[in-house]
Amino acid sequence: MEFPSPHEVETIPGTEGWKRMYPYYYQFTTDDPKRKQYEEQAFWFYDGLHYPEPIYPFDTIWDEAWYLGLSQFNNRLFHVPPSRGIDHRILNGRVYISAVPVTEPEEIGSRVPNFMERAGYYYQNWDTLEAKWKVKMEGIIRELAELPLSRLPDLEDLSVVTEGVGESKGYHLLKAYDDLIDLGIKCWQYHFEFLNIAMAANVVFIEFVQKLFPSIPLQRITQMVAGIDVILYRADDELKNLAKKAIELGVEQAVTSSREWTQVEAALKASPKGQEWLAALEAARYPWFYISNGTGWSHKDRCWNDDLNIPLTGIVTYIEKIRLGEKIDRPTEEVRVERDRITAEYRDLIETDDDRKAFDELLGTARLVFPYMENHNFYVEHWFHSVFWGKMREVAAIMKEHGLINEIDDIFLLRRDEIKQALWDLVTGWATGVTPRGTTVWPPEIAWRKGVMEKFYEWSAPPSIGIAPEVITDPFAIVLWGVTNSSISNWSEVQGNEDTDSITELKGFAGSPGAVEGRARVCLSTSEISLLENGEILVSRTTAPSWAPAFTKINACITDVGGVMSHAAINCREYGMPAVVGTGHGTKIIKTGMMLRVDGTTGVVTIVR
Amino acid sequence: MNNTAAVNDKMSRYLKMAAGAAASGTPVVCWFEECLKDSVPLVGGKCSSLGELINAGVRVPPGFALTTEGYRRFMADAGIDREIQSMVTGIDAQDLDALEKVSMAIREMIEAQPFSTEIEDLVAENYRRLSVRSCMPAVPVAVRSSATAEDLAGASFAGQQDTYLWVRGADDVLHHMRRCISSLYTGRAIAYRANHGYYDEQMAISVGVQKMANSFTAGVMFTIHPTNGDRSVIVIDSNYGFGESVVSGEVTPDNFVVNKVTLEILERTISQKDIYYTVDQKTQKPRAIEVPLERQKVQSLLDDEITELAWMGKQIEKHYGQPMDIEWAVDKDLPFGGNIFILQARPETVWSQKKQQTVAKPGASAMDHILAGILAGKRLK
Repeated sequence: MEFPSPHEVETIPGTEGWKRMYPYYYQFTTDDPKRKQYEEQAFWFYDGLHYPEPIYPFDTIWDEAWYLGLSQFNNRLFHVPPSRGIDHRILNGRVYISAVPVTEPEEIGSRVPNFMERAGYYYQNWDTLEAKWKVKMEGIIRELAELPLSRLPDLEDLSVVTEGVGESKGYHLLKAYDDLIDLGIKCWQYHFEFLNIAMAANVVFIEFVQKLFPSIPLQRITQMVAGIDVILYRADDELKNLAKKAIELGVEQAVTSSREWTQVEAALKASPKGQEWLAALEAARYPWFYISNGTGWSHKDRCWNDDLNIPLTGIVTYIEKIRLGEKIDRPTEEVRVERDRITAEYRDLIETDDDRKAFDELLGTARLVFPYMENHNFYVEHWFHSVFWGKMREVAAIMKEHGLINEIDDIFLLRRDEIKQALWDLVTGWATGVTPRGTTVWPPEIAWRKGVMEKFYEWSAPPSIGIAPEVITDPFAIVLWGVTNSSISNWSEVQGNEDTDSITELKGFAGSPGAVEGRARVCLSTSEISLLENGEILVSRTTAPSWAPAFTKINACITDVGGVMSHAAINCREYGMPAVVGTGHGTKIIKTGMMLRVDGTTGVVTIVR
Repeated sequence: MNNTAAVNDKMSRYLKMAAGAAASGTPVVCWFEECLKDSVPLVGGKCSSLGELINAGVRVPPGFALTTEGYRRFMADAGIDREIQSMVTGIDAQDLDALEKVSMAIREMIEAQPFSTEIEDLVAENYRRLSVRSCMPAVPVAVRSSATAEDLAGASFAGQQDTYLWVRGADDVLHHMRRCISSLYTGRAIAYRANHGYYDEQMAISVGVQKMANSFTAGVMFTIHPTNGDRSVIVIDSNYGFGESVVSGEVTPDNFVVNKVTLEILERTISQKDIYYTVDQKTQKPRAIEVPLERQKVQSLLDDEITELAWMGKQIEKHYGQPMDIEWAVDKDLPFGGNIFILQARPETVWSQKKQQTVAKPGASAMDHILAGILAGKRLK
């Protein structure tokens, strides 16, 4: 199957020069024949899972962080025998990635002993190491939160003299920025400490069960592994508790009086009961409301703590449901019982004792690693990132004050090394009392980049470029991005079809079983969740934990990207509604109001035209 | 006790006496529910398995069997043992024409013999009671032979014994019982016994008489994937009408793959179904007729029926402790919830006889499995 060659994808008119917005090593190359050939023969797919939108120059930081993190742990730490890492490029603002395999059988063999020793050590000491990880992680989040960022004074405080500090706020700003970036990269070192081998254990279990039961749906395997008390549900659970608490205290009128948090807060402050409820909210929001509206990967993803209107909408929805006598609690006991039942039934169907023993062992390992696979996401992408974006905006405020940027969020249109330069420009200008040169350099450059970003948004990114291999073997690509032979061929089918109005069927992954019909609602961001009406079918690029309130309204969910372990799939299974994930082009082809039939058992979406 | 009941009661006592009059004390007829899976010597494989199913609580159309004792007495009364023996002795098992000729002669001879009045009464009375139980006069039944010897039930003889559908009235039932008995003497059966050194005296056959489901849809169901041996699925083939079109392979049926654990429908293949078997209302005989065009490509089973059927299959497998091959029907006169019937269930033979192979390397640790898994990579369909 052929997709566009990476070197032949055309630059969008009006964006010429866009490459300077990203690091040079992210460019597809034509001047280096060797690298060009490598790039041509690789298979690159669009990482829409992490970047449903074009990536901003600063936001490349997380891409670089995992570019390094994932690959180093695979290739330099655990020596995963057949797999090196994942290579990255940026094309027209979109991140494309490609798995790099180890191809020589001798080399694969020579990596085996190291892998057995090192990964084996982690599996054997998982709980101890994971406990250590939590301490490390909470430590750097604290460090990040406490990172001092202060305005540059006209005159340094007298204490700098009397205490013999010998350093200026200008220097501190440079250092704080370095520390900020360093903490970000470090956090992502920890992110991958367990992830690769956790995925490996998970994928191997999946494969093993598929060999035992060739017809078993993938979602049934993940159901056997899935944890019940997962941190990512915690934020949503807190909303439910606050809804119940509001009714218990009799303040639900005040809570539902407005969709505007400031007004609700004012109303609640007026009564002791209201104050009690506010105290409960305060207790819940740190850290649980550090939950991002998106994937947490973009500076645009704000967390609930940034905008309490979002959790308020959720709380109000739950109060309404309680008033109508509906059950709002997750049916955790039913989910647990069903999980145990299906596990036991499949186990009973295994014919030989050896296989049953292997099943037990692999299931045990898969369950051991599962909590990490889920929970790291809250610590890193939600909690850490949310605090991090806040800190970056503090840096931006200082830059704005000195005229290097016009708006706070303009900072994200600069590369992180450009920001460092701009800060040098700023502090030297501050020190000498001369206007920084950047005040005339950056604002026009940022204005131009904004125009480029707009054009990037309009570009319809191909799901993949390069040459598709006969089979996809990279476990990460399959589980996380939902890249498989069948999804690739589905993508190419739709891609070849210019007339999107004539398409009546979309194929994706069977994310959660069941079939329903209903009206589509295309939501490209959390701000559009409030438009959802009961019984609609949510169509989105992807979903994140902060989308949780949406799941109480919808009857089914369709996403462009994601595999059966994606958030949308996990959530729909939890709520017992159908999901088709990883359709590739759902948001492009489906329009709000269309009548859809979603079959989450077969992974087919039919547009009733 | 009302009048009819009193007569029934009296009648039944008389019949029990008659049945008990047999020297051996073995019954000549018996209800399916009186049979269990170890009743094979008395009622053959099919009827004993139906009895087993009924006693396990599975919804099976009611019926009764002419026992092997009934068969023996019929043959003894007829007094044709010796004559048959002489016709079969020394026959060339390779000479198909000769076999066919002898077979025809023997079958005609058997079918011309009357049952004794006693057996006729017993069969007629059970048939009458079956009709009463079914709330219809002269209830339509399927008359099937039920073999006793394992070899005869085995793959080489599958389908050799006869099945007669939509038989109505005691006389017709008796007539088709004789035809079932005579099916012991098809050319192939004679040759098989000659080749394997079986004596005819060792043989016995039972005949089952089962109320016919007036099936809207029918077919077969395997509680194992027939092509890949996956034990976690149930595979259903279905067509409109009686199951014969599916069993005989005359049509490409609809095919459904159902998850045995969760009962979700995993795959559905809707085929073009040209013909189906149903009863001709005028002649009261079953015949193949063309499926109306607008129904040919329509799913022949409702999703709820598929799930219910799979659930029944799962219970049957659980009862027998092994994968099963099941015939079923959905009755068109009954409402959903009570309209699905099991007509036959026998152990699946193909995969069950294969040597079980392990997927995992025996004795390996979790780490070994993970390494092997990573090295193998992942190939997806």
